[in-house]
Amino acid sequence: MKILVCISNVPDTTTKIRFTDNNTAFDAAGVQWIINPWDELALTRALELKEASDTSIETITVINVGPQSTEPTIRKALAIGADDAVRVDAQAPDAYAVAANLAGYIKENPYDIIFCGIDSSDYNGSLVGGMLAEFLELPSVSSVSKLDIEGDTVKMNREIDGGSEVLTTPTPFVAIVQKGIALEPRIPSMRGIMMARKKPLNVVPPAVDEALTEFISYELPPSKAACKMVDAENVKELVDLLHNEAKVI
Amino acid sequence: MAATVQFEAPDHFLMDELYTDEHKIIRDSVRDWVNRSVKPVIEEYFEKAEFPSFMVKEMGEMGMFGPFIPEEYGGPGLDFMAYGLIMQELERGDSGVRSMASVQTSLVIYPIWKFGTEEQKQKYLPRLISGDIIGCFGLTEPNHGSDPGSMVTRFVDKGDHVILNGAKMWITNSTIADISIVWAKDEEGVIRGMIVEAGGEGYSAPETHGKYSLRASVTGELVFDDVKVPKENLFPEIKGLRGPLSCLNSARYGISWGAVGAAMDCYDAALRYAKERKQFGKPIAGFQLQQKKLAEALTEITKAQLMSWRLGNLRNEGKATAAMISMAKRNHVDMALHIARETRQILGAMGITNDFPMMRHMMNLESVITYEGTHDIHLLITGAEATGIPAFY
Repeated sequence: MKILVCISNVPDTTTKIRFTDNNTAFDAAGVQWIINPWDELALTRALELKEASDTSIETITVINVGPQSTEPTIRKALAIGADDAVRVDAQAPDAYAVAANLAGYIKENPYDIIFCGIDSSDYNGSLVGGMLAEFLELPSVSSVSKLDIEGDTVKMNREIDGGSEVLTTPTPFVAIVQKGIALEPRIPSMRGIMMARKKPLNVVPPAVDEALTEFISYELPPSKAACKMVDAENVKELVDLLHNEAKVI
Repeated sequence: MAATVQFEAPDHFLMDELYTDEHKIIRDSVRDWVNRSVKPVIEEYFEKAEFPSFMVKEMGEMGMFGPFIPEEYGGPGLDFMAYGLIMQELERGDSGVRSMASVQTSLVIYPIWKFGTEEQKQKYLPRLISGDIIGCFGLTEPNHGSDPGSMVTRFVDKGDHVILNGAKMWITNSTIADISIVWAKDEEGVIRGMIVEAGGEGYSAPETHGKYSLRASVTGELVFDDVKVPKENLFPEIKGLRGPLSCLNSARYGISWGAVGAAMDCYDAALRYAKERKQFGKPIAGFQLQQKKLAEALTEITKAQLMSWRLGNLRNEGKATAAMISMAKRNHVDMALHIARETRQILGAMGITNDFPMMRHMMNLESVITYEGTHDIHLLITGAEATGIPAFY
């Protein structure tokens, strides 16, 4: 069994977001880049599955659609424990371009389980996993919070309104995973970092070079208003403020 | 998933552009580990004066002991820049945690690697690197600190073994160590090094209590009362003070990086607080006297970061002299101690509590400025280098 984990290169979650070019582009100056947190959890679960004695996973590959500047993030995935990596040499201007380029590679190089994070922490589109499955004409399961391999079948828990759904699927398929799939991501060890030097990172040409979306402009969310304290005894004032000032009731 | 501990490293001169991608992964990995395993618990261990022993296994698994040791002895085969960055991040967590790792790497693993026989390397290095066994280093004695050449610990040759007598003091890791690297004089008064396994007859390692500094690390003595040490545990070639001093060089190199980490932690915490804390209707970061403290701290940290990066390259090239390392250790620890004191003031009364790291760093750094060559002795090393005239005695 071969596993592929799709990883996105995103700004560190503590990054102060700024824009350039009259608010039409993200300012990447000084930004620390990381593996998208949900993708990192997917990789962690894939490694746990490979290490479990009752599964027969041969390799874990990570794939990223992006320019050469994303390679440190890919190397980190190799240092964490992936066996090899692929970089589709393309900009990733929108979810379509990412999913179509992933599909282009996977059609030629099939995998049994394809992991995608439910979301990427930069654009929050939640689109790539579903699109990828459609392009590949494979089943997909979304919001997966638990995943185990039992023989040729994969058993999963999926978060639904008010509870969780347990389901199984044969392979190949796309698993779109969310928080809970693994407890916490692994930190690369010094040995892992050294070994990552020798692991293959294959750069392949893009299958498509178009985007279906154009970003017109960006804006930051309005800053939060200062917190207003109301005496616990003064319910009338609280109701009045909620009604007339906050206008929420 | 990003760690919940907030930390933003000051990088005013875009130092990140000078490090390789691999160095940045190394630094960030240790930073993540410190955020996950050290920061949330360190104040509690410090307060209880307890060594967080679980960290040894984790640091071993992470490969933080002996990072420059080649693969054939179980190391990851990284360079000295990597070692420096690991020390920087560990001391951002706590000087005591960094001290434990410093001793294991520079004072135990390093001499076995440099001076040990092939059998000694094969026997001890893999287990020291994995953290399965802990080491300590015995040079300083109750009456011989800055003047180690006057040591009185001695051994006599008894054929297939030697008999060791004496006492060592201020030994990090002493009570938890499985082995110690002991420097002692032979019958001709020549200083030799040997590996002493803990627990034999006549061996004891009493703990030093009542420390206001490095409380999350173990300090103690090593007492040898007719301790029998097999001859094969002696380092075969190295003689004189050159042996222990080369270990101290490696350790001081790591300390110089570590101090920058402690300073960065204090600066980051104070900057965050100063931007949030409001007085007279605006953040205190907007007042000139607070900006003076922050601006000076950032300037000194930036200078130290540049110096460390250069020193790392020189050490990789085999060109970092003892005097260069001495200058960096002295400058950086003094800088960090000053920044700990100044940034604590920014926090006002809050600064004295264990909700913030300054007091702990400040107390720890009082040891760091004293051990591995005191602040004054390092000044004399630079003085001797500049003038060509030693003024130690």
